[in-house]
Order: sequence, then structure tokens, then C-alpha cells
Amino acid sequence: MANPATRPRELDPTEEIMELQMGPSHPASHGTVKFNLKLDGEQVVACDVEVGYLHRAFEKMAEQGTWNQVVPYTDRLNYASPFINNVAYALAVEKLLGIEVPPRCQYIRVILSELSRLADHETCLGMGATELGAMTVGFLLNEARELIYDISEAVSGARVTVSYTRVGGVTNDFPPDIGDRITAALKHTRALMADCDKLLTRNRIFVDRMQNVGVLSQADAISFGITGPLLRATGVNYDVRKAHPYSGYDHFDFEVPLGSRGDNYDRFLCRFAEMEQSMRIIEQALKNLPDGPVRVKDPRIVLPEKREVYGSIEGLMNHFKLIMEGVKVPRGETYHAVEGANGELGFYIVSDGSGRPYRVRVRPPCFLAMGALGQILQGGMVSDIIPTFGMINMIGGECDR
Amino acid sequence: MGLAQEGREPLLPRLQEAFGDRIIASHSQCGDETILIQRDGMLDVLHELRDRPEFAFNCLMDETAVDYLGKTPRFELICHLYSHTHGHRLRVKVAVPEEDPIVSSLVPLWKSANWLEREVWDMYGIRFSGHPDLRRVLLYEEFVGHPLRKDYPVDKRQPLVPERDPIKSDWKF
Repeated sequence: MANPATRPRELDPTEEIMELQMGPSHPASHGTVKFNLKLDGEQVVACDVEVGYLHRAFEKMAEQGTWNQVVPYTDRLNYASPFINNVAYALAVEKLLGIEVPPRCQYIRVILSELSRLADHETCLGMGATELGAMTVGFLLNEARELIYDISEAVSGARVTVSYTRVGGVTNDFPPDIGDRITAALKHTRALMADCDKLLTRNRIFVDRMQNVGVLSQADAISFGITGPLLRATGVNYDVRKAHPYSGYDHFDFEVPLGSRGDNYDRFLCRFAEMEQSMRIIEQALKNLPDGPVRVKDPRIVLPEKREVYGSIEGLMNHFKLIMEGVKVPRGETYHAVEGANGELGFYIVSDGSGRPYRVRVRPPCFLAMGALGQILQGGMVSDIIPTFGMINMIGGECDR
Repeated sequence: MGLAQEGREPLLPRLQEAFGDRIIASHSQCGDETILIQRDGMLDVLHELRDRPEFAFNCLMDETAVDYLGKTPRFELICHLYSHTHGHRLRVKVAVPEEDPIVSSLVPLWKSANWLEREVWDMYGIRFSGHPDLRRVLLYEEFVGHPLRKDYPVDKRQPLVPERDPIKSDWKF
């Protein structure tokens, strides 16, 4: 130890600005992210958010294969709601191809997107509550998430990495008993959510930690390009499903829950209310699920039936050409946005007319929210970083791509 | 599905009227209205797009780039604008030459441009004049090259970097 006489005079710890690096693997935060903090006591003077720890070069890899080979990569963007990413990507490519999938496929996509949204919100709220000490809610919502993973498994064969859509449709139709399974899962989810509601919504400790914490004004939220529940918590009525309906969302009756203060509590309430709306959409879609094919009938886009492949030379050639060369997407560019669980999830794609994407750009909703996080945290307390970060619901796979 | 601008008055004629020859080219493929504007004075055009009430593009949804290797100019900067007031979208493109890859930063207009431009710098090596803090965002400072450029090999390996002193950060505030 240095000789105290030669050691520089220590500054008054209450006056000194302390630098603290929180993360990238902090036990209280879910997600790999680093906060470079300047602290005055317990108050955050400035915060620099560092992301990119989960960068896996999604956009570069998407340029290497055929259009359909991008689908498995999209699962790994927002892995809490993989179906929404699959659907968003497929819709963007279909928009450039100028095709529309059959009604049954649209409904299947809507049902799975809304189930994904439920799972995503359950992850966000369950983890957020756990980090504030409400472990019970975390377990309840994990149980609810498990129900959705079971349905994912029944539909696509995988729990998380579903890779369910293809350009021009989905891989396979619903299994016959799926309606009853989803109905039972929703009933169970509603019961679990009622418990969570009782445990959290009027809970003094929870409300005190959430209310007026992490406030972002409406003007700033728009300027930061924030969408989804974070924007709606500030009172802006923007939901891609309502503003620019896709996949037949205009056929369903649902509401867009809005907040007013733009704090963590409003974000929590918005997400909680959206879960009920998602369940309403699923019920309507299941009730009116049309019959018919789940893929477009176009041999240039969709693989032929196995019967054709093994039974006829045309079918075999068709299969071979589609696998080796890929779907030929016309030259051009397009942007298509869907309402992801965290906001507007957009795909900007450029095609040079070949079977491989020239450029695939994802507009990740939580990357833009993370851009605003530094400002949101500024002036707050260190202990408020965790709930605010929880309500931003940064998903590393999507933010860092 | 359906086109983004369905049921709305088309923007392009109004934009042509407002900006004239500052718009080099335009198209509305798949219903996405797109304009290519000149690099000089792009900030003025975007400023007007944000502030004129008939356009009112109050949100910069996305900003990215595309590398058209072999073409001149090589890069294109792509901005996706959205108006929460009118509910319309517009894609604004700016051609960026390889020799002088620098464009005006949009941070004075929209705060979202901050991180989005850091990412474009990170991935494409396009610089933004007037950006307050143009550091890499997804990759690390020691990374060599800009990986989304078409001439960056997908299997290229990066040199190992010495461990950084965790106490000394170069971040200023």
C-alpha cells in the first residue's frame, strides 16, 4: 500500500464525480449491454450506453444465401417473438414480388404474431417485475410463456427458432387440434394475468418504483424514432396494425391502449393492456379462420408438393431450381413495416433481380429506444436504471443484430 | 397487405412542386414514394420536409446505406421518414461518392439520427459532418474496415486487440 503521506489528497467523495461501468454482464440486467456512468453520489450525471455485444452480422449474412435462407436468421433477431420477425421479412419480400398470400395464411400469420407479442410482453413484464423483487410475477409470467412455447412447438416443431414463414406462405398448415389448444392456453393466461394484475398494478412498492421514473416526453420520443409501447405510453396513437394494416389486421376489432405520462408505469400498463387486445385478436382470428391453401400457387415462388417432386420430372426440376437458385425477386427496393412487440419492425430490402438479396436492412425498434436510453437515465438514480432498462425491453439479438 | 400510401393523396407531385430540380429522380415502386436528392443542400430539403405543415415528417424512422459496388457514385444513403401527423411515409435517398464519403448529419433535425448515423459509419464508413459523436456503435473501435461494404469479405478475420484499460475510457462528457 502506498505511503499515506505521498498519496494524493483524497477528494471529498460527495463532491467527486465517479465513473462507473455497469455491465456488460450485470447480474441485475437481462441483456448484454454496458452503461458507462458518471455519478454524483447516487445520481446519474451522464450515461453512455454501449451496445453491440451480440452483433452476429445479420445483415451481412443475409446477403450470402437465397431469399428463403434469411428466414432462420430472422428468428434470432427478437428471439422473444420470432414469429413476428418471420412474418415481417416474408411480407417485405412479398411486397417486392407483388403477391398476396391466401387468407388462411394471413390469419395464421396474425394468430402467431399475436401469440408472439403475448410472449414478448410476458418476458418483458415478468423480467421487469423480477428485477424489482416481485419474483412471483416472474414465475407466473414464465408459466404463461411456456404455454405459448408449447403452441409454437406444436405448430412449427421448434420452441424458439421457429423459421415458420416462407416467401409466399408458411411451411405447413396448423395441426388439427390447435384451436382448442390455443383457446385453453388463453384461458390459462388470463387467469395468470389476473393474478399478476392483483400483485402488481396497485402494489405500493411497484408503483413507487415505476411511476414518474424514466420519463420521456412525447416530442423527444418522436424525435428519437421510438415506436411501439414506449411511444404509446407517451400518448401518441401509432400502431402499425391500425395505421397501415397488413395481413388483414383491418378485419379485427381491437383497441390501441395509450398512456399519458411516458414513464415506466405507463409503459407497464400499455404492455399489460396490449396483451388482452392480442388475445382478443387471436380469438377473432380463430373463430373466423378461413379454409384453403396456406401458400400461393406459383411454382416460381413456392416449392412443389413432395408428391410432385418424387413423381414427375417437372416437379423435380422446379424443386431443384428453387433450392439452388432461389426465388427470383424483381429488381428494386421496398420497405415494409409491421408492429413488432417493441415497435415498428421494418425490413428494407434491395434486390438486383437475382435469387439472392442484395441488401437486407432491419429497422430494429429497440436499437432506437436504446439510443434514447442515455437521455432517459440522465438525472435519475442508479437504482432506476434497472426498471427503466427493463421497460425498454432491449432484446440483444434485435438491437445488435 | 396493401400499399403503404393506399387511399392517400400522392406525395410526389407536391414534392416536385415544392423542391423542383433539387429532386434528381423519383419513383413509387410498390407504393413506396422515393426521391433522390442532391447531396449539397440536402439538409435544407430535409429541414423543409420536417417543418412544412403539408409534409410534417416529424420522425426519422430509419437511416441506412447501400453499397452499389461498381457503380458511380458508389453509395446511397437511405432515409425513411414518417409523419405522425399525416401518416405518410417517404424514402429520401442521397448518392454518396466513394472518394468523398461524407454527408450532412441529420442530428440537428431528428435525435434518432445520432445512433443510426453511427451505425452507417460503423458499417459503411460514410462520415457525417456535424455529427456530435461519430463513434462506432455495434463494433469496437479497433475493428479494421467497414463490414457491410460489398468488398469486405464475409470470412475476413480481425486482428486480436490488446486489452483495454478498463478504468481509462476515452468517453468525454
